[in-house]
Amino acid sequence: MIIDHPLLGPCDAQEFTYKGDACLIDRPEGLGDGAEAAFHDYAYLRDNPAGLHRELWFHEQGDRSWLVVTRNTLTHEIVGVELARDVARSRGRGR
Amino acid sequence: MRLKTGGQIDRSTALRFQFDGRDYCGHPGDTLASALMANGVRLMGRSFKYHRPRGVLSAGSEEPNALVMLRSGGRCEPNSRATVAELFDGLQARSQNAWPGLKFDALAINDRLSNFLTAGFYYKTFMWPAAFWEKLYEPMIRRAAGLGAITTAPDPDAYDKGFLHCDLLVIGAGPAGLMAALTAARAGARVILADEDFRMGGRLNAESYGIDDIAGADWAAQAVAELASLPNIRLMSRTTVIGAFDHGIYGAVERVADHLPTPPEGKPRQILWRIYSKRAILCAGALERPIAFANNDRPGILSAGALRAYANRWAVSPAESVAVFTNNDDGHRTAADLVARGVKLAALIDTRADAPHCPGVELLAGAQVTDTSGRLGLRAITVRLANGQARKLKVGALGVSGGWNPNLALTCHQRARPLWDDAIAAFVPGPDLPSGMAVAGAATGAFSTHAALAGGAGMAMQALADLGMTGTAPDLPRAEDTPTRITPFWHVAGNKRAWLDLQNDVTVKDVKLAHQEGFRAVEHLKRYTTLGMATDQGKTSNMGGLAVMAELTGQSIAQTGTTIFRPPYTPVALGTLAGRFTGREFRPTRLTPSHHWAVEQGAEFVEVGQWLRAQYFPRAGETHWRESVDREVLATRGSVGVCDVTTLGKIDVQGRDGAAFLNRIYCNGFAKLAVGRVRYGVMLREDGIAFDDGTAARLAEDHFVVTTTTANAVPVYRHMEFARQCLWPDMDVQLISTTEAWAQYAIAGPNSRKLLQKIVDAEFDISNDAFPFMACAEITVCKGCPARLFRISFSGELAYELAVPARYGDALIRRIMAEGAEFDITPYGTEALGVMRIEKGHAAGSELNGQTTALNLGLGRMVSTRKDSIGAVLSRREGLNMPDAPHLVGLRPLNPQSRIPAGAHLLEIGAQMVAANDQGYLSSACYSPCLQSYIALGFVKDGQKRLGHKLRALSPLTGEDVEVEIVSPHFIDPQGERLRA
Amino acid sequence: MRYSGFRVLKEALSGHKGWRPLWRSPDPQPAYDIVIVGGGGHGLATAYYLAREFRQHRIAVIEKGWIGGGNVGRNTTIIRSNYLLDGNEPFYEYSLKLWEGLEQELNYNAMVSQRGIVNLFHSDAQRDAYIRRGNAMILHGADAELLDLAALRREYPFVDFDNARFPIKGGLAQRRGGTVRHDAVAWGYARAADALGVDIIQNCQVTGFRIENGRCLGVETARGHIGAGKVGVAVAGSSSRVMAQAGLRLPIESHVLQAFVSEGLKPVLPGVITFGAGHFYCSQSDKGGLVFGGDLDGYNSYAQRGNLPVIEDVAEGGMALFPGLGRVRLLRAWGGVMDMSMDGSPIIDRTPVEQLYFNGGWCYGGFKATPAAGMCFAHLLATDSPHPTATAYRLDRFARGFMIDEKGMGAQPNLH
Repeated sequence: MIIDHPLLGPCDAQEFTYKGDACLIDRPEGLGDGAEAAFHDYAYLRDNPAGLHRELWFHEQGDRSWLVVTRNTLTHEIVGVELARDVARSRGRGR
Repeated sequence: MRLKTGGQIDRSTALRFQFDGRDYCGHPGDTLASALMANGVRLMGRSFKYHRPRGVLSAGSEEPNALVMLRSGGRCEPNSRATVAELFDGLQARSQNAWPGLKFDALAINDRLSNFLTAGFYYKTFMWPAAFWEKLYEPMIRRAAGLGAITTAPDPDAYDKGFLHCDLLVIGAGPAGLMAALTAARAGARVILADEDFRMGGRLNAESYGIDDIAGADWAAQAVAELASLPNIRLMSRTTVIGAFDHGIYGAVERVADHLPTPPEGKPRQILWRIYSKRAILCAGALERPIAFANNDRPGILSAGALRAYANRWAVSPAESVAVFTNNDDGHRTAADLVARGVKLAALIDTRADAPHCPGVELLAGAQVTDTSGRLGLRAITVRLANGQARKLKVGALGVSGGWNPNLALTCHQRARPLWDDAIAAFVPGPDLPSGMAVAGAATGAFSTHAALAGGAGMAMQALADLGMTGTAPDLPRAEDTPTRITPFWHVAGNKRAWLDLQNDVTVKDVKLAHQEGFRAVEHLKRYTTLGMATDQGKTSNMGGLAVMAELTGQSIAQTGTTIFRPPYTPVALGTLAGRFTGREFRPTRLTPSHHWAVEQGAEFVEVGQWLRAQYFPRAGETHWRESVDREVLATRGSVGVCDVTTLGKIDVQGRDGAAFLNRIYCNGFAKLAVGRVRYGVMLREDGIAFDDGTAARLAEDHFVVTTTTANAVPVYRHMEFARQCLWPDMDVQLISTTEAWAQYAIAGPNSRKLLQKIVDAEFDISNDAFPFMACAEITVCKGCPARLFRISFSGELAYELAVPARYGDALIRRIMAEGAEFDITPYGTEALGVMRIEKGHAAGSELNGQTTALNLGLGRMVSTRKDSIGAVLSRREGLNMPDAPHLVGLRPLNPQSRIPAGAHLLEIGAQMVAANDQGYLSSACYSPCLQSYIALGFVKDGQKRLGHKLRALSPLTGEDVEVEIVSPHFIDPQGERLRA
Repeated sequence: MRYSGFRVLKEALSGHKGWRPLWRSPDPQPAYDIVIVGGGGHGLATAYYLAREFRQHRIAVIEKGWIGGGNVGRNTTIIRSNYLLDGNEPFYEYSLKLWEGLEQELNYNAMVSQRGIVNLFHSDAQRDAYIRRGNAMILHGADAELLDLAALRREYPFVDFDNARFPIKGGLAQRRGGTVRHDAVAWGYARAADALGVDIIQNCQVTGFRIENGRCLGVETARGHIGAGKVGVAVAGSSSRVMAQAGLRLPIESHVLQAFVSEGLKPVLPGVITFGAGHFYCSQSDKGGLVFGGDLDGYNSYAQRGNLPVIEDVAEGGMALFPGLGRVRLLRAWGGVMDMSMDGSPIIDRTPVEQLYFNGGWCYGGFKATPAAGMCFAHLLATDSPHPTATAYRLDRFARGFMIDEKGMGAQPNLH
């Protein structure tokens, strides 16, 4: 597979390490009430769609960016690649 | 026999070769199959199940029959298709799957028993008595099965892998492929043209008709010459595209040296290319399919197109007198060409009553071949004429054409399904092609030469447009444009066996039986009868089987379905797929900066991941590794020792938020770590399980150095980058892995400070007061060499870790050894390191195994509840905090000299040896020279409350059973006085 | 119809006219007591044991395609019970025991071949871990044997012992492990279940569940509604998709695992061998093909196909282990969809929807589990309580912290 890195252009997927669903960006608050249930859902439950899947890839043999790749799990077609940091910020994550 | 004239062979050169020990001659341009045929050899193999005699079926890589073992020794290559084995002088081939010999094969008895050995018979018997399966039935079946044999000698040849990039990959260099390549290359596109044959041209080399006013083969040669003159094309003959993978990536195998006795010096035998293409055009042509009839499997019965190819391209015929059996007009072309080439044609048998007249040939229209004879090769065929009469024809060869199947295997590699086309009675590529792939020529079902040329040009123009390039549509040369005329006909009715899969011996009867027993879905049919599972992967057999099943179920072929093709297109040697990554080069070897020095010391090395680390340093007279290790431990604890710890992961953390960041990464507190201090930290995975342990040293307000275990250097860095980029993207923190950038040595033992004071430059005070336990500093050593010093201890001794830029690592170890001579400094390896950490009770990989929590490790109190760090929340789950949770403890055998193996389980003394009584296990064990006793670390249920309790360490696997006492894991210096000294 | 050597002889002499379909092709009834969704190995075995062991009636197996078309026919056919953890080992050992009597029970030769399996180790730490595992196996009543180098050289003489990048130090063997003819397992269970009255309904995709007041009352299918007293789902490769129709999110990711077979060869490999320093394992089928595999491609996929890097990686592992295989050719590659659970262990449990039961998350261990998975799922469906060997396979174990993580990889499915 080829991942079109937003900064570096097309790169072979072999340069990357896969993590999983991009929902792993949405880490719950650890100190509040109900944290254990929220963390269970976060750490363990997945939509696991057959179709478009937003997922995290780490450019381990490259610039060490984490990317959010939108890929079809039925065809492996990639329709979008973003820097995970940008996605994280857009989802309200900061410091 | 060799025809008197013609053929694309060099008759002026003779090539000697052997088959089954007999000497033969052929010519350059021959394949093993054509050369054997030229020498009158028709029998080349035996079938899989019934061991029936087999000869050549095809003239290409789809060959299911003529499989031989090529070469010998480590180069022996079983199951090689004689039809694509290029002849070279000295080639040696042997027949396979026949004993004692090809002409008399003892297992041909199976053929006599075929009525018992029908499809799936083995599912219904061989069940009694149960133990006989492994002892009798299965060994019998296994010996009879298999095709070729391998020697187990290593292959002496080398294989390479490489990457290629192109705008357009053209697969197949027949008329469509050549035209596509010409069109695209003339427009300046970067083109790769790959063809599996050693001579480009595809069917043009096998046909008699011309293009424009010259022979097709000559036109092909001209096209290739023009292409070769262009700088932007790479012509790859002897190159099979084996798979269409995601995003335009193709795998291809180039046979660099298979046409030579041995690869030239320094050259590989084959190369695996990964071709990254923006567009691809599949021009793979079509494959002819057989018609099933009684005893249609004898040597001498070929596909008609192959018979024609052998006559035209190789100037050979399997026999003097031949016949052709067809259901379509292309069979007539074979008949005409054979006659033109001077081969005696007994008859053209056409199943169609309205078959067109064929000049100069006796046409038997509306006739069918009903049987054949000839034990080791065809002698005669029986034809049922249109009027019902039988006629026997004495022929040594029969060309059979059941029509042509577009060769669409690569279109299916991403699981696209072909579509049925009634006009040509064949499957054609469906709409869901792999992205970027187009298909042209006969592979689309357009079988005329004109259609191939037009299709190739048209698809190339489309590809150029897709690529944003401008091309010029070429003037198409004149070529035949005969329409395809076929009346589907799949098998001749009859009671005798009619073969569908020639290699696996699947007959029409087997398909009928499968139908009768309910295996009607294509996948069931295939799996039950093994139809299509042969080395041609059904290229010559699937269609026939499908058609018979369709007939039986009363459905159309389209309704019955199709099986799709999977990679690789043709079988690929494992050596090619592995390339150079074999033997010692299987994986890279990482060496530490002191490696050469350690080699000079005679160290024994051990693999630690990809690293090679010194395991111990044997001295003259030491006969057992334990002697060396005990000495290294005692010398270190007695005076000073040095160990290369470069392999530990090092991560540089910089930025204003470094402390806050580490405070979330580690479960214990890091927010308030003072500059110049080091802290031990435990990282949890988000699921609350211990991930890694190590230290973080604060070199400046905004600068930390984190160390990890060797095994987790990469995962920890990845994890921290995830946290930095994905969880807290606005923290001011930067990370970089510096594992390889620094050489690092542990210097341990009561004299370690004295030694270091000789190395550390004088302006740095490393006295106990100025540089206490868990201090760190950036310093210089050896008069100005930059260095980092950490006062940390894995051994439990007064100890330091000293890091210098990696390029000084070799010099530093030599300097340490020189300066340490007065203290009898001892280098120690990973074994002594392991002994000392067990003596001290430190967890390592065997304890941090991804299944243990901080609580299990005796570090439960480190998990802060006052902050949100990774893993803290889920570490509080009920299941991880049970009252009987295992704790890390020390274990000592009651008899100090009783060895206790790591991996032993712990049971109460007297308890029955069953899992329900399992109390825990030993994770690490060693002999402690300091305690003069075997010792171990292990996990015991509620172990911390059971100190002093006695258990059995039981290892039935190794036959050991030792009584042990639960003790503190800190065998040595439990108060930590030494490391603070 | 009972199968036997005598029967084969008799049919051979009478034109094979007596053979009958192995299973009927009935139209679905309006309702059943128990509906099993998924006609793979697990679903068919479940139906068989429900009828045979638990005397249940009115059972249907509903399959969207053809029975046995999923992972039961797309695996490397290995059976073994060499697990470490208490949650797993009793279950897999039970499964191995069921395999040992399966063919006689089903009257179908699935070629259960106990040719042995050996896992090689390359370091002291790996050896220690295998000793721990082997001891756990023995404590659970399974067989295990530690092989030293000399024994390995005898049994596998052409393994690279002398020039290996990662020298082989020994192996953990289980002699009772081996291989089974995978397709025959599905067919054997189907035939036996059919004979006990189970309706096997092929080409009937389940499109939804009828759930009222938190109870599952049946399934919606391509052939209409089918009512059910209980519904059991065993749809490896489609678990998340099917269970989403009941509103459930699972601790599962689906990944592609490729497997490979070589051209046929005369016997070279006696048993199953697993390389410990790379991703490679291999056996030789009765037909002579080397059947081998390696690691997951590593990304979520339902495509049933993989990519070239893993093929290369597997070949490298194969060559590292057997340098003599250089000229043996890989014939076919295929991909299966593995429902990878978050701890690498399966789930056989009730769900939050009453009368709806789930069996899945088998990662790549589903084939060897087939008999026990069927028996345990049948036990759960019939009695509403877990089978004693499958008590740990609960859906709520992640919430409660009782993971069964053999490899210690945590909630990272592609590493299990």
